[in-house]
Amino acid sequence: MRWLLAKDLRILRRSPFLVALLVLYPIIIAALVGFAVTSGPGKPRVAILNLVPPAANTISLGGEKVNVAKQAQPLYDSVEPIRVHSRAEALQRVRDGDVLGALIIPPDITQNLQAATLGGTKPARLQFLFNAEDPAKQSFVENTLKARVQDANTALAKKFTRVAADYIRLLSTGGTFSIIGSSFNVLGLQRTEAILQQVSRSVPKGSAAAKQLAQVIQFATLARQNLGLANGVLSAVGTPIRIDTTIVKGGKTPLGAFAAAVAVAVTLMFVTLLLAAGALALEREENAFLRLVRGLVSQTGLLVEKVGLATICSAAVGLILLVGLSFFVALPWSRFGLWVIAVAAGALAFGALGVAMGALAREVRAASLLAFMASLPIAVLGLVPSGAVSSGLYDLVRVVSAAFPFKATLDALKAALSQTGGMSGPLLHLILLAVVFTAVARLALRRFAY
Amino acid sequence: MAHRAASTSAAADRAGASPHGHEPVLAARDLVKRYGSREALRGVSVAAAPGELVAVIGPNGAGKTTLLTILAGIQPADGGQVVTAPERVGWVPQQPSLYGKLTVAENLRLFARLERRPDVEGTVEQMLDQTALADRAGDLASTLSGGNKQRLNIAIGLLAEPPVLLLDEPSAALDPRQRERLWEFIGGLAASGTAVIYATHNVQEAERFGRQVVVLADGERLFAGSPGELERVVGERSGEAGGDFEAAFVEFLRQRGH
Repeated sequence: MRWLLAKDLRILRRSPFLVALLVLYPIIIAALVGFAVTSGPGKPRVAILNLVPPAANTISLGGEKVNVAKQAQPLYDSVEPIRVHSRAEALQRVRDGDVLGALIIPPDITQNLQAATLGGTKPARLQFLFNAEDPAKQSFVENTLKARVQDANTALAKKFTRVAADYIRLLSTGGTFSIIGSSFNVLGLQRTEAILQQVSRSVPKGSAAAKQLAQVIQFATLARQNLGLANGVLSAVGTPIRIDTTIVKGGKTPLGAFAAAVAVAVTLMFVTLLLAAGALALEREENAFLRLVRGLVSQTGLLVEKVGLATICSAAVGLILLVGLSFFVALPWSRFGLWVIAVAAGALAFGALGVAMGALAREVRAASLLAFMASLPIAVLGLVPSGAVSSGLYDLVRVVSAAFPFKATLDALKAALSQTGGMSGPLLHLILLAVVFTAVARLALRRFAY
Repeated sequence: MAHRAASTSAAADRAGASPHGHEPVLAARDLVKRYGSREALRGVSVAAAPGELVAVIGPNGAGKTTLLTILAGIQPADGGQVVTAPERVGWVPQQPSLYGKLTVAENLRLFARLERRPDVEGTVEQMLDQTALADRAGDLASTLSGGNKQRLNIAIGLLAEPPVLLLDEPSAALDPRQRERLWEFIGGLAASGTAVIYATHNVQEAERFGRQVVVLADGERLFAGSPGELERVVGERSGEAGGDFEAAFVEFLRQRGH
């Protein structure tokens, strides 16, 4: 068997295009994934047309001047703002594709905000112009804008809440209040209650005045207590919903490690399937199969040799890819031994699937086509997350995914690269798949000869 | 069951014996092979003695390749049996069975190792000399001419020094010069004691090189004997003597409804 393996490696070495592909493929994939993971999404370019006069940028809130432009800063922080000077210029930049969209701040926005604080019902509105050449871009722009406007709203709401809370505190405990340059001393409910308590002692008990005074004291007490609760209510209005996250299933795999695991699993799948399927089918196309299995090599031995060839080559490619990716994302080198085990187990299972495909397809071209066509759906199914489809469909996806090595390879790699989850389950799964697919290939070899 | 009366050789009818009376090195009796409902072989017997050249001829679909693959042990028969067979039977398929991206020497070395030859390099040297391919030893097999590929193909079949060599259409797709050199080589093998059973479409090759001719048609053996005997049988039936072997063969098939 070792002579056959040596022969296949020699033939591989004499196929410069294939060797170049095997060497370049992991390097290119590593670079692409690395750049994608490390260079997160850039800020979208957005044209900004601010029609609000500089002097009208503030609103008065409880005697305090609030700079609306400053509060809306989150809206600008998440984009690359391009200042424009007219609506026409904004439109032209959007049409030219120079910017993702144009945000127009109408001149009356601060007036409307001011009116809203005084009970007005006309909301402050912004205008956003953008191209929607395709649904994906439209969805991206809308989601980005909504999120950023929500950020700005939240910032303003916090400011409003803080001012309102100061008012309430003033009413409750009393203090000094300034408006239009003049200061006023506010008594406050707390001190009002104390004064009334003091007065009540000098009023004859049981008199009509004492009864009325008691009612006023009770009101002041109740009002003070309830206003004390209002602060909590107002802070809840600012952020009514908060999220506490708890992981139920799966570990906290870093994004970089997950991306590396996906890249390596996809690479292993393509390289191993194509090599194993092609190498086996080639024995038939070279008319060597019958000569070999006439006592020189057993059919099972031939399959094992092809699986071994594909495993050795693709595992090497997978490890090169991981080493390349480690320049871009933080991977735990201390677990290198586990990388090797995960990559080798995945390659072994894919190799067995590859020889099954090669034995079924019988011709190199058909085997390569089958390997290529099967790879994409296998990978896609393995990446479908729970909750993304209905539960019944997800169960079906899980069953189908479990029948192929991609998902188990991904799980093994995630465990090896991120110290989360056990490796033994995925490894056993991969070994089982390797045995099953080798058995399928052995059966399929019955129709391999003629 | 179809008739087998056409066989004129009593020795050939007696499975397990060569028609020339020598102890056969390979013999098969009443072989049957079915592919689904189609019978590819129907009770075919054949035998070859050491140094004997046996030509298996017949029209397309007669069962020639099926017979050779059963004798080579590549596929089992559904009926009958191979009664005598040496431990090693050389088999050379019609299409060259070699690796185009290996050199001539590397192909020989690989199969010599797989055959577990004790002296691999010596065996390779011997085969290169025997097939006159020594000067092409370092060339990739894919660059060889059809004739040289076939010689390499045969050389690989001979690596184990088998007492019997089975050749399936060995001269197909070769030009006359290449064919002549090939038969010279095969003749040398037979002269050294190797029994050679070859399937061919070329009736002249059967007549010229075959000491025994086995005629198959639709899976039946219609005749087994020397080329001269076949001509005589045809002459007796048609009442015409003489004529060439190809005409006799065609007439023989016609007389038997093929």
